[in-house]
Amino acid sequence: MFYAILCYHDEDFVGSWSKEQDAAVIQKLSVVQDKLAKQGRLGPVARLLPTTAATTLRKDDPPLVLDGPYAETKEQLLGFYLVDCKNLDEALEVARDLGAANPGGAYEIRPVGLFLPGGAAT
Amino acid sequence: MTDTAWIDAALTSARPQAVGALLRYFRDLDTAEEAYQNACLRALKSWPQNGPPRDPAAWLIMVGRNVAIDEVRRHRKQQPLPEDDQAISDLDDTEEAIAERLDGSHYRDDILRLMFICCHPELPATQQIALALRIVSGLSVKQIARAFLVGEAAMEQRITRAKARISQAEVPFEAPGAVERNERLAAVAAMIYLIFNEGYSASGDTADIRAPLCEEAIRLARLTLRLFPSESEIMGLTALLLLQHARASARFDANGALILLEDQDRSLWNPALIAEGQALIEKAMRHRRSGPYQVQAAIAALHSQAKKPEETDWKQIDLLYGALEVMQPSPVVTLNRAVAVWKVRGAQAALDMIEPLAPRLSNYFHFFGVRGAFLTQLGRNDEARVAFDRAIALANTSAEAAHIRMHIDRLIRDSQPPAKAGK
Repeated sequence: MFYAILCYHDEDFVGSWSKEQDAAVIQKLSVVQDKLAKQGRLGPVARLLPTTAATTLRKDDPPLVLDGPYAETKEQLLGFYLVDCKNLDEALEVARDLGAANPGGAYEIRPVGLFLPGGAAT
Repeated sequence: MTDTAWIDAALTSARPQAVGALLRYFRDLDTAEEAYQNACLRALKSWPQNGPPRDPAAWLIMVGRNVAIDEVRRHRKQQPLPEDDQAISDLDDTEEAIAERLDGSHYRDDILRLMFICCHPELPATQQIALALRIVSGLSVKQIARAFLVGEAAMEQRITRAKARISQAEVPFEAPGAVERNERLAAVAAMIYLIFNEGYSASGDTADIRAPLCEEAIRLARLTLRLFPSESEIMGLTALLLLQHARASARFDANGALILLEDQDRSLWNPALIAEGQALIEKAMRHRRSGPYQVQAAIAALHSQAKKPEETDWKQIDLLYGALEVMQPSPVVTLNRAVAVWKVRGAQAALDMIEPLAPRLSNYFHFFGVRGAFLTQLGRNDEARVAFDRAIALANTSAEAAHIRMHIDRLIRDSQPPAKAGK
């Protein structure tokens, strides 16, 4: 089963990383990703642009377009992984590995109900 | 990330909010800064052992306030303060009251005020920038001095002077009304743009040293936009900075010489920054409240969309500069428009457009550089040479001068009789 690992963190904090700090984090994460990819368990990985670039559509009648992310909270959704895991324990293990590479913030682990890989070129 | 790097990043990101709130409590910049510094010292001791607090900014505000109050109390024992002292009258807020305000938007007027006092109209632009980098961004005097290519002592003095001026000026502490908030926001946007420009206008040999100024300006722009997510001009400003900065690694060659837009290796442009900038300007345009930052960002976006120079939509750029001329009439804008006109309607039309600007731009490097380029294309090489010579005399950086010299070399080479075949 695919699990989505949703990455939450304080955007002000992540935005205060120097270029070198950012690169170091990405480098550490790539080690974990490479391991999963070799096992054929890694689905799409996405790092989202800052929430300042986000737009929210409220599906009211008529729909309302708002600037910014859906929820204004201390921690923002910054990206996600899709990982093939046997069960929650395995998914938590992956999240722990990712967390060791990039401490701080939180991961929300959500089983994926439907996964259509699509055909878009990256 | 190491422990200390983690704490550094946390302190940097919490700084504007924490110093802004402490400034509101103490109504004095030096006291607020000192309180923040003291809180940071305690954080360095406490966080590695106890782990990070849930909300670093709230922690720093609370601790900073307590430490400063203790200090006041200690002084009071020696020298009683008047009972109705404003500075310590609202100390009843409980710890939880602060901790509950997890949401940064509650602090937006604090942060805005902190930025706003740095761009006080009485301060010259260079002092505004230095002060903002010191107070809002928390760069050390040494770092700022390095970025401005001046000595540490000189920069220290500049910042001290700026602070003295501010403490004499009336700093507004009441929550601003809508009109006033917009005025503050406009002043803050202009200051962020200045900071960026300081980094952007660096020459090749100093680009590395000054690039952090561009990055800091972008951080401040994103922060401001997060506080005012529906302000289309702040979106435009942020987009503009991102799109310009995306080209940073393509703007200079290995020797530090300037590479013009059309000669840049576009594969070196940063696609993530371009994507973010384009997303922001697209969002901004939906608001249909145009402004100078949005127009400039739209122009930058058109450049960034062209995979090759010849794919550039100069017609649209000409129209956008036309709009900018109406919003912000300035000979420099017209000069920039002339470059687009050159591409769309030819060198003669462009030259006709800039000739009337001559009296007002007689000391402007780019005027003579552009004029020389137009004249060269029209085959008026002698006049072009005169314009280029003038440009060299006015060049601000060695990269600018070197670039014009290249044009002159080309003119000389082209004006020599062609070498005989089979020499």
